[in-house]
Amino acid sequence: MLDPEKTWDVLVVGGGNAALCAAITARQAGASVLLIEHAPRAMRGGNSRHTRNLRAMHERPTSVLTDSYLEDEYWDDLLRVTGGNTDEHLARMTIRASAGVFGFMQESGVRFQPSLSGTLSLSRTNAFFLGGGKALVNAYYLTAEALGVEIVYDSEVLSLAMDDGAVREATITYRGFPATVRARSVVVASGGFQANLDWMRQHWGDAVDNFVIRGTPYNRGRVLRNLLDQGVAPVGDPTQCHAVALDARAPKFDGGITTRLDSVPFSIVLNRNGERFYDEGEDFWPKRYAIWGRLIAQQPGQIAYSICDQKAVMLFMPSVYPAVRADTLGELAERLGLDPAKVQATVAQYNAAVREGRFDNTKLDDCATEGLTPPKTHWARTIDTPPFVGYPLRPGITFTYLGVRVNERAQVLMDDGKPAANLFASGEIMAGNILGKGYLAGFGMTIGTVFGRIAGQEAARHARN
Amino acid sequence: MRATEAAAEARRVMEICNACRYCEGFCAVFPAMTLKRDFSDADVSYLANLCHGCRGCYYACQYAPPHEWGVNVPATFALLRTDTYAEYAWPPRAAALFQRNGVVVSLALAAAVALVLILAGLANPGGAFTAARPVAPGAFYDVIPLWAMQVVGIASFGFALAAMAMGARNFWRDAGARGAGPVAIGLALWDVLTLRNLGGGGNGCNDNSERFSMRRRWLHHAMFYGFMLCFAATCTGFVYHAFLGWHAPYPLLSAPVVLGTVGGALLLAGTGGMIAMRQVADPAVNPRALLGADLAVLVLLSLSALTGLVLLALRGTGAMGPALAVHLGVILALFVTLPYSRMIHGVYRGLALLRRAAERNMTPTSG
Repeated sequence: MLDPEKTWDVLVVGGGNAALCAAITARQAGASVLLIEHAPRAMRGGNSRHTRNLRAMHERPTSVLTDSYLEDEYWDDLLRVTGGNTDEHLARMTIRASAGVFGFMQESGVRFQPSLSGTLSLSRTNAFFLGGGKALVNAYYLTAEALGVEIVYDSEVLSLAMDDGAVREATITYRGFPATVRARSVVVASGGFQANLDWMRQHWGDAVDNFVIRGTPYNRGRVLRNLLDQGVAPVGDPTQCHAVALDARAPKFDGGITTRLDSVPFSIVLNRNGERFYDEGEDFWPKRYAIWGRLIAQQPGQIAYSICDQKAVMLFMPSVYPAVRADTLGELAERLGLDPAKVQATVAQYNAAVREGRFDNTKLDDCATEGLTPPKTHWARTIDTPPFVGYPLRPGITFTYLGVRVNERAQVLMDDGKPAANLFASGEIMAGNILGKGYLAGFGMTIGTVFGRIAGQEAARHARN
Repeated sequence: MRATEAAAEARRVMEICNACRYCEGFCAVFPAMTLKRDFSDADVSYLANLCHGCRGCYYACQYAPPHEWGVNVPATFALLRTDTYAEYAWPPRAAALFQRNGVVVSLALAAAVALVLILAGLANPGGAFTAARPVAPGAFYDVIPLWAMQVVGIASFGFALAAMAMGARNFWRDAGARGAGPVAIGLALWDVLTLRNLGGGGNGCNDNSERFSMRRRWLHHAMFYGFMLCFAATCTGFVYHAFLGWHAPYPLLSAPVVLGTVGGALLLAGTGGMIAMRQVADPAVNPRALLGADLAVLVLLSLSALTGLVLLALRGTGAMGPALAVHLGVILALFVTLPYSRMIHGVYRGLALLRRAAERNMTPTSG
């Protein structure tokens, strides 16, 4: 039971990677720590439970990373995906700190493995967790418990009452009952708001009914909203989210990695009306899959259909759901719920525009369409070899960009630019400071780990003084 | 392999795992899985027998219950393994013995012990069965004639070997590799002897929580090597008897007694630890339906060690006769049920490791 009289040194809001890193670090610094996780124990860990690696700078090969990945290359990668929508000072600090997180992680029981099959391109830049993100979260919880961090599940922080730039107390539901928690310092690590469909609806309208939320249903953004309403400075575009194309049959929440589908560059993608709407072969899939979520979100009914033939099926990793198959295009269209005549016409028009080239899925080849709008600029081959294969696609939301502004000490900044006295942030709730746009594999975990450590340290230090 | 309910569930689970692959670092099962896109019943039979049940993948799984997909690889494979034991059993009618296997093994044990006791009693009328005998060569054969021991021992063990060989053949034809060279055999043997795959990428098993531990691996090693030392004791005894003309019981510091004592102690420690662990095991990953079969074989193994050690302690007393009869009864039950108890897992596990070793250089399906 929670002691209603107790004043904790550090209250950590959230139960994912960033929260755990903060809680463990603060406890190791001698603070008494209470961690409040909204999810039940079995589903704890926020979106971290769906992650699998962490992007880390390193000067030479390590036991888990090949070759080297230096600050400038890392920074360039970040600059490219964000289009400059980042804070260079915070970003470079995070990048440099990423080289030093392994000692902490390994001491906290996190284990690593060689990069997974099919992800060899990441073996240089990203360290993979043995068993994935849930195993990492498990290790951190075991460590936190052993250190004496008080952990409560099934409990949601509703609001943090701020007075004069300082958090006075937290109003929570403690396993379904109202309660108040007092702490000298607070670390918010409660993620974004992508699972809050009402909030998402304000920006996207009823299209959200057709969105898939890839991660936890517990990221409702309640603390984020509460803080912004109390004069905390926002960061990141409030309307934007990271959206990818997913198998449309994915569960509404928590489908994780398995619902992704890599078929787009080797297929044509039709909307509900049986029409193509974007160049499927614009670039390699890892560089393009994030734009397809948005593209599909703009189509009627927020749905699209990836269609290919037998020549293409072994070129991509299928999703967890079986492909829709048929011996004729008309039949396939019917099975997908599309107008067969329209689909046949679209495919015929596409086939007629395909110009002979040398197909090569490992490079931007010269197989392209001619005189077709929109064009398919690479990997364009006629669709004519049965059985024909189709997958329905929907936008899948990974995270939102809106967050609280922080400084390099993880202190949350107020609208006037001054840091709040005892409020710190780590993880997705402040990632928008550094990753204001786009996506970089494993970087969310880097931000969460680096800022979790800083926030934990600073929160403990503040509580002591 | 028949299309059983467990096989269908295993296929469903493997298709989810194959789209995720986060567990590749835990053991041989997941790299083996990535070689396939579609899983036949024989494929899931192979993968189920390749699974050592370390449970690392269950506690790491983002799709484990209460997620609606309810992925539970260790429990699914444990249930499927029982189906495969029935599938490959020889003679085919013996497949039924894997239903309520705990009862079957227990009854076999009781019957074998009773049988040997009764026969020994009949062969030693009056007070001879419980007479104190000096620890002198041939003392055992006064209780149970040598020929009877040999006939029963060779017949039961020989039958067990034949049945296991037929099971192995059935498995390999259905779910084996096309070929396996000496390197593959060496690698598989190494995996068997070290239990490399029982330990979540070298970190240990998840006995009943997210915590890793080497306990199961060490306990299994104690059982395995204890059993092997006991077997070596028997073989040494055979050599002494057949080629050197030295007859049991042997002195305390003789090779058979030392091997048997150390082996028995290890076996007892290993099985005792395993039984204790089974009591506190997480029911989510240890299907209730398999409890009987698991415990029966552990109890049988521990009794074979215990009765052997008791016999050693009671040599020279009037209790030696009954102790010998009980020990031989237990060993008889162990031999007879070898192909029809959880012990058979060793055969299929070894062959599954052999297939994995033979396929070690194949490349995963795209992505």
